[in-house]
Amino acid sequence: MTHPDFLWRNPDPRPAYDVVIVGGGGHGLATAYYLAKNHGITNVAVLERGWLAGGNMARNTTIIRSNYLWDESAAIYEHSLKLWEGLSAELDYDLQFSQRGVLNLAHNLGDVREGRRRVNANRLNGVDAEWLEPDEVKKFCPIINVSGRARYPVMGATLQRRGGIAKHDHVAWALARKADAYGVDLIQGCEVTGFEIAGNRVVAVRTSRGRIAAGKVALAAAGHTSVLAAQAGIRLPLQSHPLQALVSELLEPVLDCVVMSNAVHVYVSQAHKGELVMGAGIDAYNSYGQRGDVQVIEAQMAAALELFPVFSRVRVLRTWAGIVDVSPDASPVIGRTPVDGLYVNAGWGTGGFKATPGSGWVYAHTIAHERPHPLAEPFALERFTTGALIDEHGAAAVAH
Amino acid sequence: MILLDCPHCGPRDANEFHYGGQAGISYPTGETSDEEWAAYVFMRDNPKGWFHERWFHVHGCRTWFTVERHTVTHEMRDSR
Repeated sequence: MTHPDFLWRNPDPRPAYDVVIVGGGGHGLATAYYLAKNHGITNVAVLERGWLAGGNMARNTTIIRSNYLWDESAAIYEHSLKLWEGLSAELDYDLQFSQRGVLNLAHNLGDVREGRRRVNANRLNGVDAEWLEPDEVKKFCPIINVSGRARYPVMGATLQRRGGIAKHDHVAWALARKADAYGVDLIQGCEVTGFEIAGNRVVAVRTSRGRIAAGKVALAAAGHTSVLAAQAGIRLPLQSHPLQALVSELLEPVLDCVVMSNAVHVYVSQAHKGELVMGAGIDAYNSYGQRGDVQVIEAQMAAALELFPVFSRVRVLRTWAGIVDVSPDASPVIGRTPVDGLYVNAGWGTGGFKATPGSGWVYAHTIAHERPHPLAEPFALERFTTGALIDEHGAAAVAH
Repeated sequence: MILLDCPHCGPRDANEFHYGGQAGISYPTGETSDEEWAAYVFMRDNPKGWFHERWFHVHGCRTWFTVERHTVTHEMRDSR
């Protein structure tokens, strides 16, 4: 598929909208799309400081799966995966959604127990999951090293066959095109610099392109959500960190599934074009610098080489970092804020891409009805006061 | 790569350190509401700019210290 010249208009902001979405990444665009499609709300602006889908949407490793441990997470990520399964047809755009299977490897007895437990938990939640013994792992992914003599031997793996990857740029373009067709204004180069709050209700946003009155304001700015929320006087339980990824030079097809390893810590897949796409955990310290430390890359490549000796002479083409917003329980924050009419969708940490359609779906519902979508309700801010955390550190599969 | 100025050992590679998050978080005293307790446990500043934070020199003098670091440029000042 070639990239058409114009997929959406490039309008100037109007003085007022029913809903202003702050952040033109995947989640913001999906929210705008479902506001229009599911709720008939089309007097909507998506404000993007830079250019559409130029933030984390352009920096992720494109992995999609729903094999989370807790009921609340399984429900929202599985909802998202089901949407992914129909999204190319629905958006009339090839998202290159490829359900090639996601392996999560176990390297010690604790991993094996956790993996088996998660398979059972997934099945109880209607999420497809299998446990593979080392020889079955080898059969599913022939280039992987399952030798018992490895420092961290592969002792088995969970497999979600419906998991896979998609082409992130296509997802953003397709959502933007459809939202635009519904009349949503996608406004680039428009930075939000403050909020006008009357009584306890947000009435407008101040931007680098002037004041925009808003019936409701929905934050969807990933790593920069804390900065925005602070302008509205709201403190969120989020910390922003760099999350690095890298790609190799282009290779012939060699890896036809996604492999994740929480213990030795790398995740790797091969993009349609041929490069290996790899990531690991976040850099430990807070940062908005969109770059990280080289020791994180060294560690993930060492892990990759132990699993795939065949990659030993592959060269790295480029590395980069996105800024992810990490919450204390490694689960997102979706819902209302202490300011009426101001909504938050943040804290997806290292796992926001897979949630793109599901997140947009529940966020649009929450905004339209002014109360949480049932799938979003457990992810409200209040959980940090009530203590009803959704502690997803294990199944998040990446060190937070 | 971040270079941290340990007050005891001098400038060292960030590899030698463990990150401790925001500095100056004090334990709440007296009667504490659920909201105050949640704020103490979960809420931290997350500025785009200067940030007071704790680091532990785990592979060196094994001392905690406080640094002011810029979260965009990683410029450091005021290690103590």
